[in-house]
Amino acid sequence: MNVVVADNRDQIDNGQIGEALAALADLTRRQLLDQIAAAGGATATRLAGGMPITRQAVVKHLSVLTQAGLVTAQRQGREVRYAVQPSRLRQVEQWAARAAEQWESRLDAIKHIAERE
Amino acid sequence: MVVAQIEHEITIEAPRERVWQVLTQPRHVAEWFGDSAEIDLRPGGKAVFGWKEHGQFQATVEKVVPHDFFSYRWAHEADEAPVTGRSTLVEFTLIAEGADTRLKVVESGFDRLSLPPEQQRKHAEENTEGWHQELEELRQYVVAQ
Repeated sequence: MNVVVADNRDQIDNGQIGEALAALADLTRRQLLDQIAAAGGATATRLAGGMPITRQAVVKHLSVLTQAGLVTAQRQGREVRYAVQPSRLRQVEQWAARAAEQWESRLDAIKHIAERE
Repeated sequence: MVVAQIEHEITIEAPRERVWQVLTQPRHVAEWFGDSAEIDLRPGGKAVFGWKEHGQFQATVEKVVPHDFFSYRWAHEADEAPVTGRSTLVEFTLIAEGADTRLKVVESGFDRLSLPPEQQRKHAEENTEGWHQELEELRQYVVAQ
């Protein structure tokens, strides 16, 4: 029968995925990330121009994204330029794929038990 | 981009009543889900799913419609209460298809999981500090007029 794979929760709780998911839980931060990705990198000033929030608020969101490893920050003259860090997003995607596989194998196990009697 | 929910479904060659038993009876759940299971099968009822290597995960039963629908909210971390922002919602729907049953599961709320309490506090403090700065800027601006 199908063995239920190990639960993923320890990894998302204690690891970097958890922090990334938490950072991504905010709509403004997702919008910022999309904007940075679309522009291929951007400064806080430029990002603030396209958002209905203050530059200071943008900087705070960027610092959460940076801490979560979703963007990198590099000083460029007087400003900091932010770029998307694709590896962390890939990890999140991999986590999601694993979580989906877990439900797949759990449903297989339910099927097996229900059909066996 | 963000995984808000996970969906899966399967067709089982067994009647809904049978699938319902496997889905909700602890002795069965302990077989397909964790290593142990306790379920108080009524809205607001407590459930605990145990994994030898991961610990005990608490859940609260949300909705029970026998043979039709079953949902619970389960904690994101072992030994934590399944409160909003620290748990995800799991919903099972059973649909009769002749003599078979289509079982659908949706787990949602991954995008609404909030940070661990100590990190929440840190973020709240940072935000408070931000407001202080903004208010100070505003004060200086007003004073300068």
